[in-house]
Amino acid sequence: MRTLSVLRTQAFRIVFVYVAVFAVSVSALLAFVYWNTERALDAQTDQIIGAEIAGLSEQYQRLGLRGLADVVMSRSARGGPGLYLLLDRARQPIAGNLDGMPQNVSRQGVEVEFDYERRVEGNLQRRRARGRMFQLMGGFELLVAQDVHERYLTEKLFSTDLPWTVGLMLLLGLVGGGLMSRNMLRRLDQINRTAGEIVAGDLSRRVPVTRAHDEFDTLAENLNRMLDRIERLMSGVREVTDSVAHDLRTPLTRLRNRLDETLRHLDSNDDRAHEIEAAMRETDQIIATFNALLLIAEADAGVMRGAMDRIDLVPIADDMAELYAPLAEENGVTLEIKPAGSTVIEGNRSLISQALANLIDNAIKYTPQGGHISVYTTMTPRGPELTVADTGPGIPPEQRAHVLERFVRLETSRNSPGTGLGLSLVAAVARLHGATLQLIDNYPGLRATICFPRPALRR
Amino acid sequence: MRILVVEDDLEAQRYLVNGLKEAGHVVDDAADGETGLTLALSRPYDVAIVDRMLPKMDGLDVVAEMREHSNVTPVLFLSALTEVDDRVKGLKAGGDDYLTKPYAFVELLARIDALMRRRSPSSVKTRLQVGDLELDLLTRAAKRNGTGIDLQPREFRLLEYLMRHAGQVVTRTMLLESVWEYHFDPQTNVIDVHISRLRAKIDKGFEQPLLHTVRGAGYMIRAHA
Repeated sequence: MRTLSVLRTQAFRIVFVYVAVFAVSVSALLAFVYWNTERALDAQTDQIIGAEIAGLSEQYQRLGLRGLADVVMSRSARGGPGLYLLLDRARQPIAGNLDGMPQNVSRQGVEVEFDYERRVEGNLQRRRARGRMFQLMGGFELLVAQDVHERYLTEKLFSTDLPWTVGLMLLLGLVGGGLMSRNMLRRLDQINRTAGEIVAGDLSRRVPVTRAHDEFDTLAENLNRMLDRIERLMSGVREVTDSVAHDLRTPLTRLRNRLDETLRHLDSNDDRAHEIEAAMRETDQIIATFNALLLIAEADAGVMRGAMDRIDLVPIADDMAELYAPLAEENGVTLEIKPAGSTVIEGNRSLISQALANLIDNAIKYTPQGGHISVYTTMTPRGPELTVADTGPGIPPEQRAHVLERFVRLETSRNSPGTGLGLSLVAAVARLHGATLQLIDNYPGLRATICFPRPALRR
Repeated sequence: MRILVVEDDLEAQRYLVNGLKEAGHVVDDAADGETGLTLALSRPYDVAIVDRMLPKMDGLDVVAEMREHSNVTPVLFLSALTEVDDRVKGLKAGGDDYLTKPYAFVELLARIDALMRRRSPSSVKTRLQVGDLELDLLTRAAKRNGTGIDLQPREFRLLEYLMRHAGQVVTRTMLLESVWEYHFDPQTNVIDVHISRLRAKIDKGFEQPLLHTVRGAGYMIRAHA
């Protein structure tokens, strides 16, 4: 798992490509240099051979076979790189330091390479030579060659060692790249982890800064500065929300209190009592809307993060279905809770209950008599889900996203009571839990599902 | 009954004090946390009503300090905050009940009555009786006029709560909080349906109804009209 993730990093890919390109170019460069050098060396050898042949053939013309044989013999005895062989018409050696004419020597006067044996420091050694055969007038043949064993060894070194060298280079490069990527991955992991914790609502987290003063530190410092700013903004929003809550709730409370007080001092048969009761109901409606708005704002700000526990959805669904079952029955609708195994999430019981209450309340409101509502929890591979499905009119697909917005009520439900914030609140509660609210067709009816993320394993 | 009101908003204080006096209580008031604490520690009260946000000393600290001095006066917190864990914080600090502003005065009175009732040692009863309705808390059996009544577990808890507060107004919110343990306001009155079912079980066929609806407030169980 760990190595796999290292292989998938950008750093490793960059290093891998770099090492591969480096290996290819180094191999190409070395091959070119080698090829050029070999050509130059061969040309030099061929020049020496040419010069010697020219010299020797001149000797032959001047001094005849005997003279040539003498010169060949004296040159052979020098023991240098020069190799000679003079053959007679019957191809028998007359003079020279080679035992016989090599098989592959052509008569065309082209340089060829061949192996020969030579005694070096008492040991018989097989060595490489390069030479040319020259036809002398009178049917004699002269082979002039140069020992090129050193060059041959270098060449062999190149052809056998170069692949190994390149392989080793690739290996070292990959190991180095792996180490580098792991280091980078660790730094990125830290940033990712911090980002995850911040997304989960803990705005006080910061990306650790090392003393290396590298790009990662610059990135971390910039991220932290940005986070400081966001945190200041968030706490500002929170302060505004709190003071708005306080400032608006106080006069609303006073308004309600005064109405309440007036009502208490009136005879219950007084006509004005009904008016005041109606005014109080209006006030209560304003307060309910206001509370719902504040709750949505708080849920979206992640303010209530502290109140998260490990909770089982099943008893919550059971309790809520039990609370609403009589009301459903009163409305001629059956409310059924489908049994399920324990479905644990990380969440806030009160908020989940409230969201579920809103969903069931909506379902009861919109499902006609004889309809059916089912409440169930399921454990899917994606995570736990909490569903309320009804057989009411449903919501047209094009309006499903729209109904989650604040204060949106479909034209068909304009006359039923409610703040128009029910589904927005459910969506906000879902967001607070890192969950999503899905509205799907129930054929017929609406299926509202809160899809929770898989609960994180407790450390 | 003697009640202490600690509230800094003078308008809200006037409303509270007047209402409580009209209901026949003796009321002392304080406008900040320090004065409130001094009063709470120097005189015996049946109930203290404390605002969460007070000048000089926070409402939570006032109550925590009272408990520190072994003062067991029941405390009802009033708060303009709606955050979910505020209630928990209030109860942890030693509060006995928590009411969010704005509240209906009947709600406050009902809660104060319930808090004062809780103090009396009679709450360790194993049998509750209202008129000819009996509830055995050990065998979890309900009987009216000697005839057994079949109750669902939740109906039993609902009846138990009503009977423990017999003769007192019990609001819908109080029922939702203590019988169902929910602290939010369901838009529809789900509680009414549960009450009418319970009423059908205990009052149907009897001349004298026991479970009464108190208009604009809630419910009350009592033997005599």
